[in-house]
Amino acid sequence: MKHKLLLGDEAVALGAIHAGLSGVYAYPGTPSTEITEYIQNNELACRRGVHSRWCCNEKTAMEAALGMSYAGKRALVCMKHVGMNVCADAFVNAAITGVGGGLIVLAADDPSMHSSQNEQDSRFYANFAMVPIFEPSNQQEAYDMMEQAFEMSEKMRLPVLMRMVTRMAHSRASVAVKDEVREENLFNLSEGKNWVLLPAIARKQYQVLLDKQPDMLQDAEQSQFNKLCLTEKKGLGVIACGIAYNYVQEACCDELSGILKVSQYPLPEQQIKLLAAKSDTLLVVEDGQPVVEQSIRGILGTDYHVKGRLTGDLPRTGELTPDNVAKAVGKKVKLTFEKAQNVVGRPPALCPGCGHRDVYNALNQVAAEYPHARIFGDIGCYTLGALPPFNSIASCVDMGASITMAKGAADAGLFPAIAVIGDSTFTHSGMTGLLDAVNDNANITIIISDNLTTAMTGGQDSAGTNKFEAICLGLGVPPEHVRVVIPLPKNMDEITRIIREEINYKGVSVIIPRRECMQTLSRKLRQKKIQQ
Amino acid sequence: MKKNIILSGVGGQGILSIATVIGEAATQCGLHLKQAEVHGMSQRGGDVQSNLRLSTEPIYSDLIPMGQADLIISMEPMEALRYLPYLNKDGWIVSSSKPLVNIPNYPDESDLMAELKALPHTTTCDIEVLAKDNGIPKSANMILLGMAAKAIDILTPQQLLDAIARVFAAKGEKVVNDNIQAFDIGQKIAS
Repeated sequence: MKHKLLLGDEAVALGAIHAGLSGVYAYPGTPSTEITEYIQNNELACRRGVHSRWCCNEKTAMEAALGMSYAGKRALVCMKHVGMNVCADAFVNAAITGVGGGLIVLAADDPSMHSSQNEQDSRFYANFAMVPIFEPSNQQEAYDMMEQAFEMSEKMRLPVLMRMVTRMAHSRASVAVKDEVREENLFNLSEGKNWVLLPAIARKQYQVLLDKQPDMLQDAEQSQFNKLCLTEKKGLGVIACGIAYNYVQEACCDELSGILKVSQYPLPEQQIKLLAAKSDTLLVVEDGQPVVEQSIRGILGTDYHVKGRLTGDLPRTGELTPDNVAKAVGKKVKLTFEKAQNVVGRPPALCPGCGHRDVYNALNQVAAEYPHARIFGDIGCYTLGALPPFNSIASCVDMGASITMAKGAADAGLFPAIAVIGDSTFTHSGMTGLLDAVNDNANITIIISDNLTTAMTGGQDSAGTNKFEAICLGLGVPPEHVRVVIPLPKNMDEITRIIREEINYKGVSVIIPRRECMQTLSRKLRQKKIQQ
Repeated sequence: MKKNIILSGVGGQGILSIATVIGEAATQCGLHLKQAEVHGMSQRGGDVQSNLRLSTEPIYSDLIPMGQADLIISMEPMEALRYLPYLNKDGWIVSSSKPLVNIPNYPDESDLMAELKALPHTTTCDIEVLAKDNGIPKSANMILLGMAAKAIDILTPQQLLDAIARVFAAKGEKVVNDNIQAFDIGQKIAS
């Protein structure tokens, strides 16, 4: 047994490889990105030819993984929590079709919104789709669970959700890894009509899914990852989910009647009832939203006293910390130092020399010439254009929304309606919106700010690189209204002139400012220097 | 024995290299370790920190509880102060004295340094100037690590030096030597 220092993300990746993974399918998204990156660079995965190329978005990723599972191989889909919204159609229906080879869907949630627009809890999705959830409490478990989750997926013939949070994904610890690794599954095409979700078949398959529920529950009751520890005390019992278990352990409270560690769902009802019988109050400690806190009311009844995020014993929003958990279990926190006086916030900003800076400078200059100009933003580094000194964008909602929101606002009478979208976000979810706009001859101006990479997440390959003009032309944007510029201060006159021209064109126009991301550029230069 | 260390700075300053060296040294001598990092949006010029926990016993939480950090190592003076409530009563702050001003409302520099120096255990130094003067401009962060070595007493300076050699080996002999020199300079400042 070797020990390796691994991020939670890396532990998941290596666990999957050692469990015989044949393909990872993903779109980059903090805090999940490092899983796919680790597999891309892992020697064994490369030797085996494990698929690891980035996908256009989470839906294409989920569907490709389902196809691999159909062919009998083990597949992993990774995404940040909001990616679950994008692939929800495929995810929920994969529970109805069932799977062939093991299929793990990994969602990395981001409570406290360190790098996200919300803190939705992916466990809701698994409950909705009625599939099992694994939620590791530490890096070792993250590694060990992958094998178990693949086996369970194949045994139950269901996709399995693996849920992590930022603090687990981006924290390193020593992990004991196996010396002997499993081979990949053999190619083995699924037979049967269960894959064709015509209503008549879907009704049968839905019943099949419902019939699997007792087995899922039974498995969770006996899971090695769920653990009930009762003490001699009576009083407060704690249910700790995933990473929350560490914070409860850290608080080291010896007054508890017991702790139930939950790392596999559906909730182990028998163990919850045992803990409840031994306690007079239960505290639910879970990162994210109060999923368990809400559902145990259904198990214990509304009279039983349950504390958690809904009751204010833990904060309703934001991630768990050792401090708020210690307080909730009744530990006093003693501090020596107060907050310092001379500290102010330091929000992130676009890098010096970044091409997005020139794009916003040009847009601000032109937009100031119109009384009602609005710039609709999107998801990426360039969302930082919302902050000073730019204060450029009026919206940022979800991947691709810049184009379609600009279109809707233009439909309502806004002029000029401008969309700013990055290259990778455009191929993720902007192309279909562009087709809507073209078909409607919407009066909008779209800026595809192309830095040749998926920059926000650290510089992954961008699916559309070298294809943007062809994509826009193919979707029907008139050739004379697909314009390419180089976003540099010296080109400001040309860029502002082109923006004015395209705003004045009544229809869809696309301007593509193209210059490489400063981060990837300097990384390449550094690597070159090392090689010399 | 246990050491809770907060590494802080501004995205792009290289605090993770310091964490990597300490982590490598700790792993090599069999200590338990947890290291929570910040990836993603904050890395674009925002405040970043890493929680590093080393212990001879198993560690539970990935995050350091407030009031329990033994040491704050910071590449930037205001970022050192940001985590003050995490410091325990005997805790040390080892920080660069050079402000990185990328925000319009950065506090008055003399007020800031006065607050930092009024704390019981603080060591500061303009590591960037020192690194430049010694012809090793890329190794300022290893000067800082050298300054902090005495406070990281769960590891010996030699274990940290050996880790520097392993971590930077892939970048060639010159980079390794520069960083070892930087560490030595830092140690001398602190002594």
